[in-house]
Amino acid sequence: MAMINFLILPILVPLITAVILIFLNKSVIAQRWVSGLSAFVTVILSALLVNKVKNDGIQTLNLSNWDAPFGITLVSDMLSALLVLTTSIVAFACIIYSFKGIGEAREKHHFYAALQFLIVGVNGAFTTGDIFNLFVFFEVMLMSSYALILLGGTNIQLRESIKYILVNVISSGLFVIAVGYLYSVVGTLNMAHIAERISEISGISQPGVISIIGIIFLIVFGLKGAIFPLYFWLPGSYYAPPAPVMAIFGALLTKVGVYSIIRTYSLFFYEDGGYVQQVIMILAILTIIAGIIGALAYWDVKKIIIYNIIVAVGVILFGVSTMNENALTGSIFYLIHDMIIKAALFLLVGLMATISGTNNLKQMGGLIKNYPGFSWTFFLAALALSGIPPLSGFVGKVLIVQGGFSSEYFIGAAIVLASSLFVLISIMKIFINGVWGEPKTYANEKSVPYKQLLIAPVILVILSICYGVGADFVYPYISQAAESLINTNIYIDAVLKE
Amino acid sequence: MKTSNVILQSMTKVLLFLIMIFSIYIFFAGHYTPGGGFVGGLLTSGAILLLLLAYDLQTVRNILPVNFLYMVAVGLVFAIGTGVGSLIFDKPFLTHAFGDIHVPILGELHLHTATLFDLGVYLVVVGVTMSIIQTIGGDDE
Amino acid sequence: MEILMIFIAGILFMSATYLMLSRSVVRIILGTTVLSHGVHLLLLTMGGLKRGAPPLVGEEASAYTDPLPQALILTAIVIAFGVTALFLVLGYRSYKELGTDNMEKLRGNDGND
Repeated sequence: MAMINFLILPILVPLITAVILIFLNKSVIAQRWVSGLSAFVTVILSALLVNKVKNDGIQTLNLSNWDAPFGITLVSDMLSALLVLTTSIVAFACIIYSFKGIGEAREKHHFYAALQFLIVGVNGAFTTGDIFNLFVFFEVMLMSSYALILLGGTNIQLRESIKYILVNVISSGLFVIAVGYLYSVVGTLNMAHIAERISEISGISQPGVISIIGIIFLIVFGLKGAIFPLYFWLPGSYYAPPAPVMAIFGALLTKVGVYSIIRTYSLFFYEDGGYVQQVIMILAILTIIAGIIGALAYWDVKKIIIYNIIVAVGVILFGVSTMNENALTGSIFYLIHDMIIKAALFLLVGLMATISGTNNLKQMGGLIKNYPGFSWTFFLAALALSGIPPLSGFVGKVLIVQGGFSSEYFIGAAIVLASSLFVLISIMKIFINGVWGEPKTYANEKSVPYKQLLIAPVILVILSICYGVGADFVYPYISQAAESLINTNIYIDAVLKE
Repeated sequence: MKTSNVILQSMTKVLLFLIMIFSIYIFFAGHYTPGGGFVGGLLTSGAILLLLLAYDLQTVRNILPVNFLYMVAVGLVFAIGTGVGSLIFDKPFLTHAFGDIHVPILGELHLHTATLFDLGVYLVVVGVTMSIIQTIGGDDE
Repeated sequence: MEILMIFIAGILFMSATYLMLSRSVVRIILGTTVLSHGVHLLLLTMGGLKRGAPPLVGEEASAYTDPLPQALILTAIVIAFGVTALFLVLGYRSYKELGTDNMEKLRGNDGND
């Protein structure tokens, strides 16, 4: 098979699958088989891609044979490849869960096709090396997310999707404006080329305009990634769709925003004298605090996990903003951990809500008696989320805190440390009230296909445990990813072939 | 509600074909001059929309018994297919090929695979536009 | 010319903001379309306005208009077209299902005590 095109396969396979799925809308069984198989193939291909990047260095592909920086270039460095792999795994798990967990009505209305288009958008956004193409892949991702959030058309979905679409339309507008400003300053759209031009410019003239563009980009990606004042839309919108969609959104969409902040910040805005860096750091700390307040305040299981997304975004961005090798490695470690474990938790919480017929913790209890498998999986996921060693959250947080202390950002590092404790409290609240206690009987619990629904979260939790225990094995990959962020010349040279 | 639209209906019978022909012209003109699949597709949907305004949705469904969502998918097949073609020759994705081919009767033709891509765009645009119009317009009955 | 275009873009943004702050869903959707027009105009202006030279030229042209902003705008227009269409369908559906197009009534605090 064509080798120079290898890095596009994790984008192309879901795209082709989505088209096939549109034709198959009559047969639910065929749709399940095709989307499950395709997701599995995507996982294998992205794993091979990670291996290829490990052995041969950064992969680039100049679409339509236009040389960089004139055409659109796709770039797979280690960070992109790892995130594409994680995305494919999470998508695979969510598709398996959807077989029993989404309902035939939605399956017949192109649920799987929309999901595959979403994967196209997410994998594309992770892989592209062109700032405007990033916008296009964002839109592919958003359009499919509109379809997914609307699918089913219950009242709450209609109501929340109006707000969701409005917020994203505004942020897309700002994105185009930011690209326009950037283009007028540097005259190119290729990200590696932009980075080169910016370092030329900031040598001679004022870097102020670069800082302003940096802040606009931060607003755009912050809206997607749910950082401090811009997360307001997230709890309502993510609450509306059913569990598998929520898992995909919570695990992937915010992380695309976070990835874009990491990528643009490390390439463009690092040399502006630390202004953008300070803003990101302060916002990251506030994000952690805001997320914790929400996670502790609610008694609704879904809301608790949703606010935990916001905490994680803050933790990752704090690590990034220190721009110190340890913390950056930790951030990437934590980013991948968080994608896996959030997907697992959303699926578990969805299962919990399906069994008990309510989202309210006060009306649940004693699930451990009839559902021990679920309960212990949830327990492990909860420990992994809050970073208890040797589970997967631990390594990332230790590195972030270490990096924070060594760069003398004591307050931030202390807040990251303290956040683990609060995250543990918030998640243990679910465990103590929902899983322990007096067993209750629920009206519809007999009809829930409990065992089939448990498969996907169990896969993810096992993976998360392996990720934590096998940190030694994973570390070289992660540090290679961090290296091309710290030393951006590696990235730039690979794209521009200098 | 339904009023007699004799003028509109008679004009539509003529204009529909004029717009259609113009949209096909625009589609092929797009290769070197302004035009292309997107504009051509919009013009075609405009023509179908005119038919819908003059008559009703049922007439449109009788004349064009197409599931427009499938039309989108077929368009995507064309667009992706021309891109995937380059994978087989180990060229970067979406690399297009062109050449002069001698066809009997028509003579020398300059053929380009980008036209097939544009045909995909055309079908996607018509499909999407008509699906949207059907979704909103189909609710009156 | 650039200055004038920037002012027009500013006026479009202003109208868009005003429309989007209103309560009616239809006005909000109109606001988003006006916003996208403003964005596209700004993008065109940012690419630099030149007159009298076509963007498609041979290799030895002395002056030409930068074609890239126009290509970007075309892409952005197509995307805005799709999103607006979807938004309109959604607005219509939610008006039928929820019986209101007033954002005040779509707050959704009912479930959370």
